[in-house]
Amino acid sequence: MVKGRQGERIRLYVRGIILGYKRSKSNQYPNTSLIQIEGVNTPEEVDWYRGKRMAYIYKAKTKKNGTNYRCIWGKVTRPHGNSGVVRAKFRTNLPPKSMGGRVRVFMYPSRI
Amino acid sequence: MAKSEKPRVSRNKELIRGVGRFSRSKMYHKRGIWALKEKNGGSFPRHDKQPPQAKAVEKAPKFYPADDEPKPLINKRKPKPTKLRSSITPGTVLILLAGRFKGKRVVFLKQLESGLLLVTGPFKLNGVPIRRVNQAYVIATSTKIDISTVDASKFTDKYFEKEVVRKKKTESEFFEAEKEDKKTLPTEKKEDQKVLDAVVLQAVESVPDLNQYLSSRFSLRSGMKPHELVF
Repeated sequence: MVKGRQGERIRLYVRGIILGYKRSKSNQYPNTSLIQIEGVNTPEEVDWYRGKRMAYIYKAKTKKNGTNYRCIWGKVTRPHGNSGVVRAKFRTNLPPKSMGGRVRVFMYPSRI
Repeated sequence: MAKSEKPRVSRNKELIRGVGRFSRSKMYHKRGIWALKEKNGGSFPRHDKQPPQAKAVEKAPKFYPADDEPKPLINKRKPKPTKLRSSITPGTVLILLAGRFKGKRVVFLKQLESGLLLVTGPFKLNGVPIRRVNQAYVIATSTKIDISTVDASKFTDKYFEKEVVRKKKTESEFFEAEKEDKKTLPTEKKEDQKVLDAVVLQAVESVPDLNQYLSSRFSLRSGMKPHELVF
């Protein structure tokens, strides 16, 4: 987090929305989540994002490591479908309350 | 053998697996065993067994381990040096993606033996000192500066190693150690920074607008899609 540093707010991540878990009509598989990355609309565009790390950041009531903010790290694994949605695996599965929530897709590990 | 060995070629071409072109007697002739025998007076040259060399007397070991454990296999693998991306050449401007200096644009100097990249702000322009950075946390732009005059040979991985502070475990000093003063950068390192940056700044100033470029930080704005950006 910003840790009291006032200054320019730099965004070095792409915004993403958590759509839900990988699923069929009546079964869901919570170990893989589906993420919609802003501005990505085809599976060819997803290729740039493969392997990029992402973080789901949320607040909790108690302080851990000096902050109320907590994070679950994950990475983009592969495209999902034809419209630029992406599959992602996180260190621990995302909680169901994160659906519809924001995820930060970072630009590292970079291959450019 | 001292002389370089050419790969041994068989004089007996294989027709099918297990069947050669020439028979045993023909091969005897081809290999020239008859000539060797002639040279050696009728029989194939042989030498008698060497007398067994006296082995050094082994002392019984002082220590026998309690359990017979299998020894782990020896690992002689040496990891290869990290391959540098072709887009990163000395003098390239890089964008740092993570860490304290995220978003800063920085000049690449060289790759160190550990595979990390040696990078400098220059310090005057954006506050980034001579630092090591991992390739994966960096975007290489197409902007390149000519830093052929820069001498970065004194910076190696050892230069960046943390100094080991030996603390004595006496009680009084234990309490004193808690009041450590801030670790300030030794003046030699500050001098190194200035010397190196002087040369880099010259190269930077020769390119129009490059100082402002290096002083500013990179950020994604609304509507910017990294997969479509050309760096």
